[in-house]
Amino acid sequence: MRDGQVVKGVRFRDHRVVGDILELAARYRDEGADELVFYDISASPEGRGVDRSWITRVARILDIPFCVAGGIRSVAQAEDVLASGAEKISVNSPALENPDLIDDLSRRFGAQCVVVGVDSQTVEQGYRVQQFTGDVARSRDTSRNTIDWVIEAQRRGAGEIVLNCMSSDGVRRGYDIAQLCAIREVCHVPLVASGGAGAMEHFTDVFQTAHVDAALAASVFHSGEIPIPNLKCRLRGDGIEVRA
Amino acid sequence: MNPAQVVIVANGGANIASLQFALARLDVASTVSADSAQIRAASHVILPGVGAAADGMARLRQSGLDALIPTLQQPVLGICLGMQLLFEASQEGDARCLGIIPGAAARFAPAKTRPVPHMGWNTLDILKPCALLAGLTDGDYAYFVHSFALDVSAATVASTAYGADFSACVQWRNFYGAQFHPERSAAVGARLLKNFLAIR
Repeated sequence: MRDGQVVKGVRFRDHRVVGDILELAARYRDEGADELVFYDISASPEGRGVDRSWITRVARILDIPFCVAGGIRSVAQAEDVLASGAEKISVNSPALENPDLIDDLSRRFGAQCVVVGVDSQTVEQGYRVQQFTGDVARSRDTSRNTIDWVIEAQRRGAGEIVLNCMSSDGVRRGYDIAQLCAIREVCHVPLVASGGAGAMEHFTDVFQTAHVDAALAASVFHSGEIPIPNLKCRLRGDGIEVRA
Repeated sequence: MNPAQVVIVANGGANIASLQFALARLDVASTVSADSAQIRAASHVILPGVGAAADGMARLRQSGLDALIPTLQQPVLGICLGMQLLFEASQEGDARCLGIIPGAAARFAPAKTRPVPHMGWNTLDILKPCALLAGLTDGDYAYFVHSFALDVSAATVASTAYGADFSACVQWRNFYGAQFHPERSAAVGARLLKNFLAIR
């Protein structure tokens, strides 16, 4: 999401507009998506909160859960987002600046609606957390080890981790299975894989090998390259339980 | 028949909007209230709830609704935490609940293959005929988000499994419950809400 429209980038850069939010939300609802995540990528770097009017419009038409991410830096802002009809809130950069935010949100709303998004880059020494990834000019390495941060986020009350593997995002060569396996070892709350989906077998791989609880994708769905009903049919054929 | 006068109990939950929107999609208007007289006058009462059991009960006690709700005669539907509050107790914060239905909510035992909270789409296993479940069949998917659950008991009308079986839907006299979120369970959830509103 940027300025009320749906955009998609490659490796978190060079975002282009791919559609109207309500049209896309309705399309995914009807195609059988199990959950939608809306990232307001312009929100965090510019230090402003999400424009909430669209959340209510989306909530009116969606009968599946959805999560809102981007620029939520306080319990009050989270309350507004949830009161507008979102199921979950996802925090990323603001939680890195102020990890107590995770504790505060979890205490107020319960762990089940507090998602911590982690943008992670593979480096020589392992995996490192990135911050402000929505803006090329401000995007930076935090020197935090991804595994340590995932452990800390859970201890503070995160109810779900979405791991965006940045070296894979938007390039469609498959999820970063090695990294997801490493995080799965330490992640005892639901883990959602993000970044890299390009073909149906990538989804099968990430469920069977990394044992994630859900797989998130954008490009292949926005473009229509992988229709959700076909994907679900394929996953079912591969022995993975999916909602009919 | 008069249109349903649906009152959603204002209980500090942050997600009441999504429930109201789900009712609106069924062309049913609803009022959010913590007022005893308004709740007593409703044709249908919904007790939602997101958050911790102890907090939810504390808010009900503050507004005196802990005494009112067990005396209601019209159909009452507890959703998620709201369903758990209908029972006697919850391990969550060692909360004493409304005590309408025998039983207590217990935390899921963590296991390597089963993260807690339990979040996601699970299939229903219908155990008993119940007006709430009209038109629903075994294998229908509903959306669950919770860390505590009720064992299958005399009140259970549908179950699902996460490790062990637990109560997905319950009925005890005029009190109904869904552990899952009908407002976010696509067509299955819409049908359950419609069924509830048809109960008189």
